[in-house]
Amino acid sequence: MAFDIRTFAAMRFGGHGNRLGIAFHDASDDWVEMALPYRPDMIGNVDSGVIASGPIVALMDIATSMAVWMRAGTFVAHATLDLRVDYLRGAKPHRTVIGRGECYRITRSVAFIRGQAHDGDPDDPIAHVAGTFMAPEGYP
Amino acid sequence: MTLPPYADLLGATIEGVEDDSPVLIMPFDDSVTGRPGFVQGGAIAGLLEVAAIAALQQALAAEGGGRIKPINVTVDYMRGGRDKPTRTRDRHAARQSRRQCRGGRLAGRARAADRGGTDELSDRARLSAAAPRFAM
Repeated sequence: MAFDIRTFAAMRFGGHGNRLGIAFHDASDDWVEMALPYRPDMIGNVDSGVIASGPIVALMDIATSMAVWMRAGTFVAHATLDLRVDYLRGAKPHRTVIGRGECYRITRSVAFIRGQAHDGDPDDPIAHVAGTFMAPEGYP
Repeated sequence: MTLPPYADLLGATIEGVEDDSPVLIMPFDDSVTGRPGFVQGGAIAGLLEVAAIAALQQALAAEGGGRIKPINVTVDYMRGGRDKPTRTRDRHAARQSRRQCRGGRLAGRARAADRGGTDELSDRARLSAAAPRFAM
């Protein structure tokens, strides 16, 4: 079985992801990319125009969650156990942030993820991410 | 104390002060939900970071201020944030440790709870930030 991410992502969602304007960007066999367009209402520092890290955490949470479903081959109800974001630099104002999520391992109840965020050049990342999800009903 | 535009996006405001740190409150709303009925993890992390930075700014203000640049944020999700208002509590607003050449490092910690405060811990975030003002 395969998780049809494009159809899934085409469904209209409410919630925080929708409020931030997060949208599907691209996917391959083992990674998913979501996009976070720049908007002034996400600014964390008014002097620099750099967005707060909350939207980037949300972007990576969503991208890595999708990556888990890709690897599992299906949607699974799960919750973020922990998520760590290391910022190499602030996001450049007015640039769309792309978040790539990868799931590198799934055990019976825990999925292990990593990811990177960039704003145009994957070789110049904004942040690296690592974390875990847990499925109360287990992963298939 | 002014919060950044992102705080408005979350609907977060300063409710009061506790142990010299601002307490923020964020109402439950569709605009902050993740999986149905729960607050989205990024919204919780964002709220915690806004609170931690506000507390650090307050602590630094007494020393003439200083720039804060987040280095990393780690969130341990203890349980899902439910459909109630979420509040933050900050312990140890700023612990300064002088480091060598790259500047000082400030640690802010914030905790979010949604059952009226202190005893029902929902999430915990740790923010490490650089404050170049403290460079040796």
